[in-house]
Amino acid sequence: MQQFKGTEEYIADDGLLADVNAAIVLEKPLLVRGEPGTGKTMLAEAISKALNKRLIRWHVKSTTKAQEGLYTYDVVQRLNDSRFGGGDVGNIGHYIKMGPLGEAFSSPEQVIVLIDEIDKADIEFPNDLLRELDEMAFFIPETNETIVAKMRPIVLITSNAEKELPDAFLRRCLFHYIDFPSPERMRAIVGAHYPTMNNDLVQVAIDKFYRLRQVDGLRKKPSSSELLDWLAVLVRMGASAELIRQEMPLLSTLIKREQDVALLKQLRARRRF
Amino acid sequence: MFTLLLYHLRHQGILVGTHEWLTFLKGVHKRLAYNLDSLYQLGRTTLCKTEAEFDAFDQGFLEAFEGVEIAEVLFEQMIHQQLQQWLENAKRAEGELVEPDIPIDKLMEELEKRIQEQTKRHDGGSRWVGTGGRSPFGHSGRASHGIRVGGQSKNRSAIAVAGERKWQAYRKDNTLDIRDLQLVIKQLRQLTPTGEWQLNVDQTIRKTVANGGEIELEFAREKKNRLHLVLLLDSGGSMEAHARMVEQFFTAFSESKGFKTFQSWHFHNVPYGRFFTDNKTETIDNLLQQWTVHHRVVWVGDACMAPYELFSPTYHSNMRGIDWIRRIVEKCPQSIWLNPEKPRFWNHPTIEGIGQVVKMFPLTIDGLSKGVQQLR
Repeated sequence: MQQFKGTEEYIADDGLLADVNAAIVLEKPLLVRGEPGTGKTMLAEAISKALNKRLIRWHVKSTTKAQEGLYTYDVVQRLNDSRFGGGDVGNIGHYIKMGPLGEAFSSPEQVIVLIDEIDKADIEFPNDLLRELDEMAFFIPETNETIVAKMRPIVLITSNAEKELPDAFLRRCLFHYIDFPSPERMRAIVGAHYPTMNNDLVQVAIDKFYRLRQVDGLRKKPSSSELLDWLAVLVRMGASAELIRQEMPLLSTLIKREQDVALLKQLRARRRF
Repeated sequence: MFTLLLYHLRHQGILVGTHEWLTFLKGVHKRLAYNLDSLYQLGRTTLCKTEAEFDAFDQGFLEAFEGVEIAEVLFEQMIHQQLQQWLENAKRAEGELVEPDIPIDKLMEELEKRIQEQTKRHDGGSRWVGTGGRSPFGHSGRASHGIRVGGQSKNRSAIAVAGERKWQAYRKDNTLDIRDLQLVIKQLRQLTPTGEWQLNVDQTIRKTVANGGEIELEFAREKKNRLHLVLLLDSGGSMEAHARMVEQFFTAFSESKGFKTFQSWHFHNVPYGRFFTDNKTETIDNLLQQWTVHHRVVWVGDACMAPYELFSPTYHSNMRGIDWIRRIVEKCPQSIWLNPEKPRFWNHPTIEGIGQVVKMFPLTIDGLSKGVQQLR
C-alpha cells in the first residue's frame, strides 16, 4: 500500500497525513473542510503528485446534478444523427459520455477523484451519490450495463462548510478539518506565492493580520487569500514595514463587513487596536 | 477499552453510529493505531462528522485515556489483544468458535450486535486504566490495579492535545450563526403546488428527444411556500444580556424569504392584552382574529420574571399573563418557545409554568432544529 507523505510544495501536518492514509487504507472518501484558502483543493493535487496517480476533478456548482458525475446520455446528438445521418445511431453506448466518477470507475489503474466544493450543490446532492460511493458501481439503464470500479479510486471531497451535509453521507466519510494555518505556516504560504517579497514587510503584515483575526466580536475574520491580496496592494503602493506597523493601511482589503469596519474604528479610537 | 471509549464519547454527546464505529474498528484492525496519538487521530477522523464535535471528542477521549502511559511497542500488542478479545466475546455470544483470521465483513456484522448490547449494560464511568478492579484490562489477566508501563513516552501528547480544548470555539451547541440559522429555518418550507397546470417546455423537449422525436408533452404546476410565521419577541429588561443573540435570530428569520406571511411583535416579559413594534401597537384580540390554526408561532424570551407577573391578574384585567399565552397557543397550537437561557437554569417557577403551555427549546442551533421539527 502506498503512503502519502506530502510533497515538497505541499507541507501537510501529521494529522492530515494520517487521515489521508486512513482514507486510503479504509477505502472511504475523505471529507475535508476548512475556511477558504486553507489549501483543500491543493491537497488533492499533492496526493496525485506524491502517489503518481491521475487526478480527476469534479467541480461542483449550484446547478450540478449527481447524475452528471456518473454519465450523461447525449440524446440531442443521437436525434441529430438519426435525422441527418452520421454516427452509429443503433449503438446507444456511442452517445453515453462518462462523468468524472464514471471515468474514475472505468479507469484500469487507481485514480484520485476530487469532488470539489460539494456544499455548493443542492441540499440533496450528496444523498444521490451515497450508493455509488459505497459500492463504487452504477447501472446505465440505456445500455443495460453496470459500471464497476476496477480499482476503487481514492475519493477526496472538499466543503467550505457553508451548508450542513446529510448525516447518512457523513457517516460514510472520514472527516478532516484543516485548521487555519499557524503564523509560521502562513509565512511559508506567502513565500510560495511571493518569493521575492521583503521579509520584514511580510513579517510585520503577518503579525498584524493575526492580531486582527483575534479581535473579539469580528463577524468575518479575514482569510489567507485576503492576506495575499493585502500584501500585493501594500507592495504596489510602496508601503514600508514601518508604515504597516504604525497605521495598518488599506484595511478595506481585509475587513469587508460594515459592522466590522465600525467595530475596528471604535477600537482604534480607544487605541485598543 | 473500546466499550469505554464508545461510552465516553456517547456520554459527551457524540452520536457514534454503528457504521462509523465499525469503520474505526476496521482501522484498528488494519493497524492504523499504533500509539495513543494515532488512536486519537483515527478515532477523530472516523467518528467525528464535523469540527463542532472535536471538542466533545477531546473530552471523551481524555476521560477514557487520561493518565495512561504505555510504550509504543506494547501499545500495538495491547490494542490488538483488546480488539481480538472483543471479537472473541462477540463470537462467543454467537456461539461460534474463534477463527484466527475472520473476514472483516463478517466480523463487523457480529460486532454490530455486540456494540448495542455493551452500551446498554455499561453504566460505570471507570477509565481504561483505573485504580479499581473495573478496568477492562483486568479481564485479560493483567494487573488488577491498572497498568502503567514505560516511563516518559510520546504517547502523552494526544492527551495533552485533547486537554487543550482548542476546538471549543467550534462547538455548535453554544453559538448562533445567521447562515446556520437560515438553513434550519429553510426546513420550515411547506411547498405545495398551486395555480394552473402549464406546459413545461424544457421537460417536453427532453422527453421528446429521449423518445426518438415523437412528441411527448410534460406539464407542471408552480410550487409556493404556504407557511405563515409569527415571531413574538420578549424585549423585557432581563433580555438585554441576550440582545445580540436575539438580533441575529431576528435577522435570520426576517431575511429568510418565501414565507407566505411573516410578522414579528414584541412584548415585555409576558403579553398583556397587546403586542407592539417600534412604531405601533395592536391588541391581541385583533391579531387573534387574523391568525388561524395554520399560523406557526415562535416565541423568544427567557420566561424568567417575578411569579406574580405571570400568575396574578392585573388591576385592569382579570386575565393573567399565562392566560394570554394559553389563548394564543389555543388558537395557534403549532407554537414553540425558544429560551436563550441554558436549560440547566430552567427550574424556575415561571419558566416551568410557561413550559407547560408552550413546548420550550433552548435558543441554539440544536434547539431551533428540534423546535422546527415540532412546527412542521
